[in-house]
Amino acid sequence: MMSNLLIAPILWPLAVGAASFFARRNRVACKTISVSGVFVQLCFAVALLLQVQDNGILAYQAGAWAAPFGITLVADTFSAIMVVVTGIIGLMVTIYAIADIDPSREIFGYDPLFHVMLAGVGGAFLAGDIFNLYVWFELMLIASFGLMVLGGEKAQIDGGIKYASLNLIATLLLLTAIALIYAMTGTLNMADLALAVRNLPDDDRITVVAVLFMVAFGIKAGLFPLFFWLPASYHTPPVAVSAVFAGLLTKVGVYALIRLFSLIFVNQIDYTHGLLMVLAILSMAIGVLTAAGQTEFRRILSFHIISQVGYMVLGLALFTPLGLAGAVFYLVHHIIVKANLFLVSGLTNRLGGSFHLAKLGGMYGRFPWLSALFLIPALSLAGFPPLSGFWAKFTVIKASLDVGEYFAAVTALVVGILTIFSMTKIWHEVFWKPAPVDAPAPIGSITHAFLLGPVMMLSLITLTLGLWPQPIFEVAHQAAHELLHSDLYIEAVLGVDALVSTPAVLPDAMKGGG
Amino acid sequence: MEVVFAVLVGIFVSCGVYLILSRNLIRIMFGLSMLSSAINIALLAAGRLPRAGPPILSPEPGAPLAMIANPVPQALVLTAIVISFGLMAFVLVLTYRGFQELQTVDTDAMRMAEPKDPNEGGNVEPKRGGAQ
Repeated sequence: MMSNLLIAPILWPLAVGAASFFARRNRVACKTISVSGVFVQLCFAVALLLQVQDNGILAYQAGAWAAPFGITLVADTFSAIMVVVTGIIGLMVTIYAIADIDPSREIFGYDPLFHVMLAGVGGAFLAGDIFNLYVWFELMLIASFGLMVLGGEKAQIDGGIKYASLNLIATLLLLTAIALIYAMTGTLNMADLALAVRNLPDDDRITVVAVLFMVAFGIKAGLFPLFFWLPASYHTPPVAVSAVFAGLLTKVGVYALIRLFSLIFVNQIDYTHGLLMVLAILSMAIGVLTAAGQTEFRRILSFHIISQVGYMVLGLALFTPLGLAGAVFYLVHHIIVKANLFLVSGLTNRLGGSFHLAKLGGMYGRFPWLSALFLIPALSLAGFPPLSGFWAKFTVIKASLDVGEYFAAVTALVVGILTIFSMTKIWHEVFWKPAPVDAPAPIGSITHAFLLGPVMMLSLITLTLGLWPQPIFEVAHQAAHELLHSDLYIEAVLGVDALVSTPAVLPDAMKGGG
Repeated sequence: MEVVFAVLVGIFVSCGVYLILSRNLIRIMFGLSMLSSAINIALLAAGRLPRAGPPILSPEPGAPLAMIANPVPQALVLTAIVISFGLMAFVLVLTYRGFQELQTVDTDAMRMAEPKDPNEGGNVEPKRGGAQ
């Protein structure tokens, strides 16, 4: 009974999407379905997290076909946290979209696409076998393609073509990797794969496939040097779309990387996680340096996604309890803060008529409270104490210092300083300097509760995470513990008997504890 | 049999990659389509291709297990074909729409979202003149 809860974060948004499709011409009905639907989804997600906290890792075997033969859904603490954050962002963006998305986009199906995308995201977080992971990724992608080009502005079509073609290549690589690993091991179930890889610890072909997975999910996550589709497209759709893309979608790639490279591909950890470390350092540095040259509000934020993804992958590459806990905390913090910054950029666009820094100005004098709403997520992104970004960065850097990765730690610190530079640039250009003489006229007012409510709520969550980080840290540590002890996951899916024949080979990094 | 399939996949992938390296968007889309066909073939071959009967077991207990084909890759490849069909249909329409909106299929000329002058793009407006 309780494991049936696992299917709710997938089926429920699909049902809500279908209902909102039929109601899309009746605005009130459609929005009522949409908002109440995501709210119920958030309740399901919280219930799931509580269940996982009480009962440990949950597994659901679809149609009672025993793993590894059937479709398996698994929720460990990490998945459950991600499902909860999906619910929070989904709810906030849906509310914001009521005031932000124009009627023609609504009639052409903004709400159905949005909910189907949430279903894909939820499925990717809960999938227990890699082929289903692929299918949920595809569901998420096709819905996001629709959202990306919905409205059909020139820039959207241009960005959409790049977004779609590069992401298609990523899914093709993912499918190749799945075919190869199936040919080698004869299984697709992640827990079963973990056991199969343990039996082939010195097989270099496994590492080749691991790197293929790394490239495929690296494209999705926007890792260096695979990120070029991201800043080409994320600033083109309406704010309510790009906020959820920036907050959520790239993090699904990071989630998949963390899942595969903590559960399955831990046989040649020096090579795979060493490579991830190099990619993480380069992503952090390149992302922040390219952001410094940008002058468009949302493009600056887009390039910062790349550098922030570097921090999360750094936490994974360290592969210590603290590093992984830092990565999980960073994911939660970043999804909330980044979505919030995009929503704020939408507010300044309404007031200033542009996303270009040169054309904006004078917001601090006219709207001091809006400046506060920008400063909270911006300073959090840059890592000022006591906001959530400080704890996230602190944990990852502390974890790097603990294992002697001084270069990574120094890079992370310098990138933090450069992030402050970008945020102060936005602050100076948009809020502090006087408005330019030829500033465009405002597009609309922002006093709408549907616009300000989500921004205030997300800022409040950031503040809470920063001032009272202990509960989230405990959950993140629990998630890291489960990620590092893959036996727990395998036992939940396949039962205790599966482990007897193949004892775990603990990686060196774990033996020291931490 | 697997060797023939491997060579076939190799040819398809090289053709697909060659097409994707082009600047012409139509060729890129054809390249993507070839690449996805290649990977579907690889997925089918992943389950091995023996001369074997259909995967239907005799209901009698203790009946001898004949050599049967692996049904899983067939299910996988059907799913993958359906998904890639849907995605290809979408990107082809998107390409056509892109040609209508942007009047080009040359990827180098598609600078709408990333204009060379960083102060332009998005909402088209006159440039700010002179120094402050």
